[in-house]
Amino acid sequence: MSERFHDIVLTVNGEDVRERVDARKTLVDFLREDLSLTGSHVGCEHGVCGACTVRVDGVVLRGCLMLAVQCDGAHVETIEGVSDRGEIADLQSAFETRNALQCGYCTPGMLLTAQELLARGGVPSRDEIRAHISGNYCRCTGYQAIVDAVEAVAQARAGGRR
Amino acid sequence: MKITGDAPSALSALDRPNSYIGRSVPRPNLARLTQGRAQYVSDVTLPRMAHVAFVRSPYAHARITAIDTAAAKKSPGVVAVVTGAELSKVITPWVGVLTHLKGIKSAPQHAIAIERACWQGEAVCAVVARTRAEAEDGCELVDVTYQELPAVTGAETALDPSTPIIHPELGDNLTFERKHEAGDPDKGFADADAVVETTFIFGRHTGVTNEPRAIVADWNPGEARLTVYQGTQAPHMMQNLFAKHLGLEEHQVRVLTKDVGGSFGIKVHTYPDEMATVALSKLLKRPVKFVADRIESFVTDIHARDHRVKAKIGVKNDGTITAFEIDDLTGIGPYSVYPRTSGIEANQIVNLTGGPYTCPNYRARARVVFQNKNVMCQYRAVGHPIATAVTEGLVELAAARIGCDPLEIRRRNLIPDDGYPCTGASGIKFEQLSHHECLAHLDAMMNYAGLRAEQERLRAHGVHRGIGFAAFIEVTNPSAAFYGVGGAKISAQDGVTMKLDAQGALICQTGVTEQGQGAEAVIAQVAATAFGVPIERVRVITGDTDNTPYGGGTWASRAAGIGGEAAWQAGKALRANVLACAASILQAKPEGLDIRNGAIVDGATGTERLPLHELARIAYFRPDTLPPGFQAELMATRHYVPRAWPFAFTNGIQASYLEVDTNTGFVTLLKHWCVEDCGTIINPQLVDEQIRGGVVQGLGGALFEHCLYDERGQMLNGNMADYLVPMAAEMPDIEIGHVVSPTADSELGAKGAGEAGTAGAPGAVMNAVNDALRPLGAQPITTMPLAPEVILRALGRV
Repeated sequence: MSERFHDIVLTVNGEDVRERVDARKTLVDFLREDLSLTGSHVGCEHGVCGACTVRVDGVVLRGCLMLAVQCDGAHVETIEGVSDRGEIADLQSAFETRNALQCGYCTPGMLLTAQELLARGGVPSRDEIRAHISGNYCRCTGYQAIVDAVEAVAQARAGGRR
Repeated sequence: MKITGDAPSALSALDRPNSYIGRSVPRPNLARLTQGRAQYVSDVTLPRMAHVAFVRSPYAHARITAIDTAAAKKSPGVVAVVTGAELSKVITPWVGVLTHLKGIKSAPQHAIAIERACWQGEAVCAVVARTRAEAEDGCELVDVTYQELPAVTGAETALDPSTPIIHPELGDNLTFERKHEAGDPDKGFADADAVVETTFIFGRHTGVTNEPRAIVADWNPGEARLTVYQGTQAPHMMQNLFAKHLGLEEHQVRVLTKDVGGSFGIKVHTYPDEMATVALSKLLKRPVKFVADRIESFVTDIHARDHRVKAKIGVKNDGTITAFEIDDLTGIGPYSVYPRTSGIEANQIVNLTGGPYTCPNYRARARVVFQNKNVMCQYRAVGHPIATAVTEGLVELAAARIGCDPLEIRRRNLIPDDGYPCTGASGIKFEQLSHHECLAHLDAMMNYAGLRAEQERLRAHGVHRGIGFAAFIEVTNPSAAFYGVGGAKISAQDGVTMKLDAQGALICQTGVTEQGQGAEAVIAQVAATAFGVPIERVRVITGDTDNTPYGGGTWASRAAGIGGEAAWQAGKALRANVLACAASILQAKPEGLDIRNGAIVDGATGTERLPLHELARIAYFRPDTLPPGFQAELMATRHYVPRAWPFAFTNGIQASYLEVDTNTGFVTLLKHWCVEDCGTIINPQLVDEQIRGGVVQGLGGALFEHCLYDERGQMLNGNMADYLVPMAAEMPDIEIGHVVSPTADSELGAKGAGEAGTAGAPGAVMNAVNDALRPLGAQPITTMPLAPEVILRALGRV
């Protein structure tokens, strides 16, 4: 069993983290259980619902499909860090104003996924927004309010650059 | 009654200065959710907390002949391994029946199966360990010996004499049967120029809440108290049930519910694994946590909708509907779910079918049978999607038969808007509905004539589009008639306690709960308006049986209509108390004063006389300066329960516009409309979003969602890759309109809006698909979900 536990060194939301992890532990369980970062959620644990969405080395991915041990040396960002840095303050505000969330369980993942699209610049069409967030399950809203909020932020950001 | 725009303005009846009624105020509790700072039960961790995982039956029906726990007990991290027999020493079984559903029967159900498992997924042994992973490791080492028994899976054959009886002591597999007859249905069918008869099949589906069911139970022997953190819709109901089955007094149990990751009726029932978790905490004297994983959710969260309805409509050539008849059959698993029973959905179908129409001739039978599948129970819009799809499916088939426009046949048969109050053929009572106003609004909003022209034009190019409608009624604001009269300790009344804090802010505690629908916002809006403070000065506390008035929680679209009215009355009462105090301080008459925007003002001129924080300072810290004998009471509680009507029925109509690919059977939803009348609209945005979310939940059931079982009772698609839910790319934009007919049962006049979308969407989509395919000579489709295969079969392509 000597190979079962591994020491990993990574940064999470800019903070250095050194932990010994069980090889089987997923990234999202590691974030939630070992680091108490409970903003990333567990919905399906097989990569379909998107509730566990986080960023690793700048790439948006599913925290349930990656093992913590694979993150040795990585830069991991979660909703807590992205939120505290103010990177998506406008998007969060748009979600709140438009009621683009109800229970809020999908919201951290939805925000990170939407930000990935918005970061590409320009104003995506509603169909493009819908396609981009189609890997993030929301049972409450029916998605229209989310599309509205993302669209509004895209327009505002594009307007702001002019 | 009046038609309002899509964002109705403030309502005159409640038009206090600075009214928040009718305004789209953002919910006060959203920022913590967008920042990842929510606290769902899945996030809760307590000192000494252990985790439980369950060994679950792989068979739909099996005798448990032996359980060997020795190896599991030695597994690293394992704290305890507990069988059903061992756990039954600390928790009693339950039976899911209610006295007002005459003849309903069920068998005692245990937290963990004893001797026999009755569905695939039923817990047969618990393993408690330091971590969930270690508990699951332990589960793999529990050696259960099963003797497989014949599984009863088909509802159609459940009552056959040759079918084994699941609970022999009950005598048969019939859970509940209801028959109803009104008017003269035989004469109605005899008088008809055409009779359309068909069978509707509704697939089993389930709630798929994004956060699975979660519970942390903490029995503290030092204070003889049980604290339960639970993602539930009904904390007081659960307090009663935990106490009852653990042999405690209710005051020994505290149920806490903060953020809940979706409910939709899934989280308002008694689940054996959650009851087991609570019992394990009592047994082990430490906190125990259970969070269902996704496969556990699929095989243990209640399912719903699995109904087969044989249905018939009679219609005259002038469009008059002469009779409705239905025969509903549903299989609900091996137990009627406790405490609300699994008879309610079928009962609702009998109540609601034909409900929008004047036709007095109605015959209905509903039978509910046991089977060895996961249990079924009340899920968002209980019975409504089925009753609506059956009724509206029949109406459009009848319209097609006699060559009548689908909106026109409804105009001729919907209860006239000036025909209220009245009683429907099933015996349900309507205070005031607005079917015709809603239909007219929908007609204009969707440009029906224009869409028909577009449909014709495109059909010439081989594009097959369809337009379908569904008029509906919705049960909201239930009185004690729903559960209380049947003996369930489920509160129909709800309360709000309101107090002025020492800085003049308003603290509201309420028994209704927040599931994301916006209950906290609605209570805050009503409280701010009734009392007279800016909404930023209102804090709402929900989900804590120690610190909220006794109440029912959130289900059956009751939070805004019932909790809102309690807030309105509490706000008025506290305003009167505060004005009495102000009058005492200001040496004025209380009736000459008012509270506006956080200050005591002169009622006539609006001139500020005393800020609330100053009043609070005097009342709390310098009461010695008040006149002798005057005691300020800066806290007031009011409760409310509907009394004049058993339910506040709402109504509305939906339309679907879609395109069918006749080569693949795929349906593309182009647009959806809903015009709805929920009475006074407290927050237009929240009402619209309830409807949109509800529509999409209905669309899921109509098009994708299906719990597939084989003949041995094995669920075949218990994961989110194989069980399809609506995702953003497949969903249309949904346009909402409103008609406002307030209920006179409350001063606020608000009815519920939580289930309207789900009620109507499946019927509208089914009708639209049939509208698209009718010119191609396809068989009418009456089976949901409307999967590509179903459509290709109707077209004769497969």
